[in-house]
Amino acid sequence: MQLDSKLRFDNFIVGSSNRLAVAAAHAVAEAPGTAYNPLFVYSGSGLGKTHLMSAIGHHVAQRRPSLTVAAVTLDEFVGELHAAIADGAVDAFKSRYLGIGVLLIDDIQFLTSRKETQSELLRIFNALQGDGRQIVMTSDRPPAEIADVDERLITRLAGGLIVDIGAPDFETRMAILKAKCEERGVRFRAGVIDEVGRLEFDNIRELQGALNRLIAFQALGGEPVSVDNVMTVLGDLAERRRRSTPPRPSGEFASFLTDIASAVAQHVEQWRQRVSEAIGYWSSEGYRTASLERALQESAPANGVESFLREFEGRVARLRELERLTARADASMAIHPAFRDPARLDEAEQVLERALRVASPPPGPSSAFTRSGFEVGGSNQMAVRAADAVVGAPGARYNPLFIHGPSGVGKTHLLNAIGHGLLPTTAGRGSIACVPAQLFVDELIAALQEGTVDRWRARYSAASALLLDDVQFVAGKERTQEELFHVFNSLYAEGKQLVLASDRPPRELSGLEDRLRSRFEGGLVVPMQAPDRSLRERLYARYLRDLGVEPNAEMIGYLAERAVSSVREIIGIANRIVASAEVAAVPVTIGFIRASLEPDETEPARAAALKAASDPFFLDREKVIWQWPDPAARLIEEAP
Amino acid sequence: MSLVNYATREITCKIVYYGPGRSGKTTNLHYIYEQVPADRRGKMVSLATQTDRTLFFDFLPLDLGTISGFTTRFQLYTVPGQVYYQTTRKLVLQGADGVVFVADSQARQLDENIESFQDLHANLGDQGVDARAVPLVIQYNKQDLPSELILEAGTLSDALNFRGVPEFSADALHGPGVFETLRSISELVLKRLSAGSPTATARVTARAG
Repeated sequence: MQLDSKLRFDNFIVGSSNRLAVAAAHAVAEAPGTAYNPLFVYSGSGLGKTHLMSAIGHHVAQRRPSLTVAAVTLDEFVGELHAAIADGAVDAFKSRYLGIGVLLIDDIQFLTSRKETQSELLRIFNALQGDGRQIVMTSDRPPAEIADVDERLITRLAGGLIVDIGAPDFETRMAILKAKCEERGVRFRAGVIDEVGRLEFDNIRELQGALNRLIAFQALGGEPVSVDNVMTVLGDLAERRRRSTPPRPSGEFASFLTDIASAVAQHVEQWRQRVSEAIGYWSSEGYRTASLERALQESAPANGVESFLREFEGRVARLRELERLTARADASMAIHPAFRDPARLDEAEQVLERALRVASPPPGPSSAFTRSGFEVGGSNQMAVRAADAVVGAPGARYNPLFIHGPSGVGKTHLLNAIGHGLLPTTAGRGSIACVPAQLFVDELIAALQEGTVDRWRARYSAASALLLDDVQFVAGKERTQEELFHVFNSLYAEGKQLVLASDRPPRELSGLEDRLRSRFEGGLVVPMQAPDRSLRERLYARYLRDLGVEPNAEMIGYLAERAVSSVREIIGIANRIVASAEVAAVPVTIGFIRASLEPDETEPARAAALKAASDPFFLDREKVIWQWPDPAARLIEEAP
Repeated sequence: MSLVNYATREITCKIVYYGPGRSGKTTNLHYIYEQVPADRRGKMVSLATQTDRTLFFDFLPLDLGTISGFTTRFQLYTVPGQVYYQTTRKLVLQGADGVVFVADSQARQLDENIESFQDLHANLGDQGVDARAVPLVIQYNKQDLPSELILEAGTLSDALNFRGVPEFSADALHGPGVFETLRSISELVLKRLSAGSPTATARVTARAG
């Protein structure tokens, strides 16, 4: 008997009816002679005995080439034996069989009444088994039912493992049908295979026969088989078969599930259930639930499960808010794991603060206004000293510092100078917010429109110091004052410096809420006044030098004598003198200054020059074309 | 493994079907298997010959989904009923959260039933488990057989149910009584949750050994 190379383990469909037989066959093929020896497989015809036996043979031949595998049907064995007897070569016959590693005998039920074959086989069996060789037999019935066989041989046959293969169940039939269709490259309409599978064929050959008929019908008829005519096509093949009932509905299981759910609900403590549900929910939302899990291990929360869960949910809500704000400032920082762990809420707050600082700090001090460029005189020295003290110890001495004075006396300059002075104290950890109140208001309105007030507020709250210029502009603006109040409090609480500048003292700011007024007044309120004479002297000297004119004492004395209301006015006068001197192409002298500042109406030409010089037009150098740096590049000629 | 793991939010129940050989333990599992939607049942592992004899054991994992926040799994096992598979029986019985005793209603099997029931108690005892504390349900199977062949449930109850545990008549082949039994043992097992699973510790120790 030649082993059919198509009959292998990999194409043997395993189902509940043959699982044990396949498992045993595998065990034998893996370790011949050790597991089940002999292996006796029995089943009705066409259920895969021969397939299984061949599979063992192939497996052994492949894995253990040193072992000789011999496969015979009992008929062949008998024929060989008879021939050997006739040739007087029984010894050769025996020695050939004794050299076999794995002996596979098909259809051993035909031993019935063959006495000499039985005795020869018994001898061979004894020798092989004694030597640890494997024997596998197939039969259509169990050993005990093989009639007229030597009792000793029966016990040998039954001495190893006896397994049977049953008729295939629905699932196995379906698997076999599908495998066969695939093997032959045939496709059927949906439902056709199921219809065949439902027919309870006793053996696989008949099942295959039915499939073959359908394949032939489809191939010859040129028309696909439909579900409805499967039975017609199969005709007699189908008639003899019972049809399996379709799978039962799962109603019983569903009602079982409902009962179990209520039993679980009843028996797992209620609060644990609530916490478990919360863990399930929040972990599916991507949040760490370690604190809830810890709680499960302990006794019920002291304040009740509801408040325990509310506290957790509150933390998650805050985390979400922080994550949202951080994402707006810097998306790369919003992936920080702290945003997913309610236990790390504080850390998440810090991440947001960092993101805001890095991403968009509030406006800082202008580099145009430095402390070294600020002239100190009697009219402003108190404010300057306070400013220097603030820079020396931010947040510690005068907090807030409120500077007030008329327009143009240098409040903005001083405010920015303080800002510069404070910069080194932040050590890169925060920013100095130095902002005109008008911009503060505009930003808030924009943030309100965009719904980003939290972010706006956080920017300021994250600053190391807040210097707010022209604070009189917040008077009468309720929402701005509200926000300023919060920012003020949050910075103040952290010991950060606040400096405010206004055109009048807090108590004169009508429309300013009392809560802000009292806070402004709680620090140091210092006035800055119009420059006094000594300051005017210094300022004229500085500005004239800045304009390229070296003033003498007479000029300075004359100019400083004139009362001015602001520093800006001094700058204006200096500019005017120098500009009109340039226009008139004369040097700046005390006489020219006098003439400029006390115009003589009788000298029309000079008066015109002076008038022209005092015209702001002439104050802008670039308005005079011959002073343009590169006129050719700046002229655009219209085409004629 | 504990019955209820609050940390991983899992409930895992091991239910063992016990009883004499051929009383229908595997049939119970087969019927359940058929009723469970494919996505809820694991692969049923069954080592049995066509002559209905369970050689080793059957194992049917059931995924009941998430119940009250707990991933709930039931593991159903059968023991081999034949007397000579004592070791396998002990092994399967280890760590059982509940036991279904499947009795064969056939009159001629009464002695086997009693013997097996005693065997169950002996095996539980060997594992240091108080048999009275283990949730137990008795099923009188094969009640569909002709009445001259079987004993009535009441008679069987007198012989076996001296502890007065829940008992059910069943025809495992066709379904009646199968889910009633499973439901009853499940509820008994879950009921022990509130009692704090007193045998869990003993069980873990036994398993480690």
